[in-house]
Amino acid sequence: MKPLEDYLVVDFSQFLSGPSASLKLADLGARVIKIEKPGTGDICRHLYTSNVILNGESSVFHAINRNKESFAADIKNEGDKKLIWELVKKADVVMHNFRPGVMERLGFDYASVRALNPSVIYGEISGYGDEGPWKDKPGQDLLLQSLSGLTWLNGNAGGPTPMGLSIIDMLAGNHLAQGILACLLRKTISGEGALVQVSMLESALDFQFEAITTYYYDGKLPQRSEKNNAHAYLGAPYGIYQTANGFMALAMGSIPQLGMLLGCDGLLTYTDVAQAFHQRDEIKAILAAHLQSNTTEHWLVILQAADIWCAEVMNWDTLMQHDGFKVLDMIQEVQMADGFKYRTTRNPIRMDGELFTSAKGSPKLGQDNQKIINEIKS
Amino acid sequence: MKPLEGLLILEFSQFMAAPTAGLRLADLGARVIKIERPVKGEAGRQIAIRNIFVDGSSLVFHTINRNKESYAADLKNPEDLERIKKLIRQADVITHNFRPGVMEKIGLDYASVKAINPRIVYCVVTGYGNKGPWALRPGQDLLIQSLSGLAYLSDTNDAGPVPFGLATADMICGAHFVQGILAALIKRAKTNQGVLVEVSLLESTLDLQFEVITTYLNDGGKLPQRSSLKGNGHAYLSAPYGIYQTKDNYLSLAMGDLNKIGKTIGADLSGYTEKTSWFDNRDEIMALLADQIKQKTTAQWLGILETAGIWCSEVLTYEQALQHEGIKVMGMQQQVTLPGGGSLSTTRCPIRINGQKLYSNVAAPQLGAQTEIINHQFNLL
Repeated sequence: MKPLEDYLVVDFSQFLSGPSASLKLADLGARVIKIEKPGTGDICRHLYTSNVILNGESSVFHAINRNKESFAADIKNEGDKKLIWELVKKADVVMHNFRPGVMERLGFDYASVRALNPSVIYGEISGYGDEGPWKDKPGQDLLLQSLSGLTWLNGNAGGPTPMGLSIIDMLAGNHLAQGILACLLRKTISGEGALVQVSMLESALDFQFEAITTYYYDGKLPQRSEKNNAHAYLGAPYGIYQTANGFMALAMGSIPQLGMLLGCDGLLTYTDVAQAFHQRDEIKAILAAHLQSNTTEHWLVILQAADIWCAEVMNWDTLMQHDGFKVLDMIQEVQMADGFKYRTTRNPIRMDGELFTSAKGSPKLGQDNQKIINEIKS
Repeated sequence: MKPLEGLLILEFSQFMAAPTAGLRLADLGARVIKIERPVKGEAGRQIAIRNIFVDGSSLVFHTINRNKESYAADLKNPEDLERIKKLIRQADVITHNFRPGVMEKIGLDYASVKAINPRIVYCVVTGYGNKGPWALRPGQDLLIQSLSGLAYLSDTNDAGPVPFGLATADMICGAHFVQGILAALIKRAKTNQGVLVEVSLLESTLDLQFEVITTYLNDGGKLPQRSSLKGNGHAYLSAPYGIYQTKDNYLSLAMGDLNKIGKTIGADLSGYTEKTSWFDNRDEIMALLADQIKQKTTAQWLGILETAGIWCSEVLTYEQALQHEGIKVMGMQQQVTLPGGGSLSTTRCPIRINGQKLYSNVAAPQLGAQTEIINHQFNLL
């Protein structure tokens, strides 16, 4: 039995942040119905990455919206609105990621929904909260990375370097899922409803809580290393290094010990622990030059025998060939209503030894309208 | 009232991924007790960034372990173990992130704990799952990033693999752990049976990449191609997505109608009217935009672009960001009161419930600070 098996989630959200949260709820067993605008639907359907089109829509949409149903309804049309209300009235969770004020205008804001469905868990994601000078700014991932200080943590010293994924969307979606689940637990026990709000900005700051707490403490901005940077706040050897045949990651080890193990005499003189941080650029330069003299495998055998934290650097080709990956069963095949099949990842959580897999692909826009209308009328 | 009030969580976990989950559950109202070995305590107490320690424990430890209690117990000592078992009988959740086999040796594996408390929600974080060739490898953030392909998504193609500059695998795994624990508690509420929850850093880091891995799995297996231009924001997105240098600073430009963006910025993009060219000729287009953007200041560009409804922003440092009204209004900063007096500033839980921000002024505990009280309260002696 999946934990959320008998719960209904009515999801008005689009793009990534909200829909990634409802995907988690769907995989945990909930029935998720996307409410989409007739004709166009979730804008993400046509937000392509690297020009890849799968069965007429973006690969990203298929990744985010599998295991869900689609109900195409015009939220501004009175007849459709009545149908949406029938769903909302019996929903356990209602969620959206419109900008502040939009749901109030559309009439499905928390106060209105709670009036008819008092035990509802109502979740919302905004870009920057609902007050202050940024509240009407677009809640877009790169902008959030740029405004929250995140871009000064990656890459080597120099200009800002964004993280190359929609990381803030993903975090905000995960935080919304957490808040919804915490309140669903309480609702399961006591019947109490709740409003759960997250914003991309709060999620971006939470993600940096270590670095920001350090900044509050010492007032110093993050300093990335000149080369081989992996974490602005950590000393040498923490980083990724080129070898004779690829790259390897090295996450710990006292500098003289590494010098001995690797046969790198230049490292032996850095005997003071504080040097690993304060002189990390020169230490990393010595290490980087030395590691190029032999292969990744050669170095890993030596370091792993000494329990030093290190690893080869893989791309998806090499990773997916490896037994360490295959044993996880991370890839699943899903099928859409029209028979189109595609491969994607599964939910990352295991419960009672079982995986939360699902064979159900993403929905075509409005594909579940008739079934849902029949259910409402019966 | 916070949603998780009344729940008792025992945290045998160390370092980052699982303790960040404990922190989130604590902020949502649960009582979280860290079970720590006497004298040294959790290993994370000694792991510092910038070598900053406060009251004998690292500032990082303080950041991750505020709003928790500490109970000191040596799991290899039979008397201590007996007390822990009595405590487990009264607990709702236990979490640990030992490598496979360790809890079996101590006698606190899931089967043994379930025999003591049939309703326990037993939650484990590993690096790579509990089988396969990597199961016994150290589950460390940078190693997971390196194995998972994540290092090939940021910066430029020429830069080689570039990791995310934060403990991203730990953080995302901790976030999934919270979801698994809460879903398991819902399951328990319905079945009245204990539940086993497992997550791993590697699976979580693959999930983090689910959009782009799904693209890779269905585009004939093309590896990500990062731009050759510094500041590019995403290997899979078209121009103009990225950060550009201005006359005095930097400017971020997100996705949008490139024809309009080109016209507004004053770059001649007449050769790129086909939408597919916005990705295929990304580097040329970004270079043309960059030439124009460096002619004016960030403030000038924001004035021009925001008026035109183009998605853009300045690029702030912590110094600028944390002083900005846009962030101050969120009330993200909170003070915790240290047991020995004094206080620390840190961030709060990012989730709001019923319009309330969740604050707590309880600092990370000193090792074993609540041992006596807990012995008494739970009748462990």
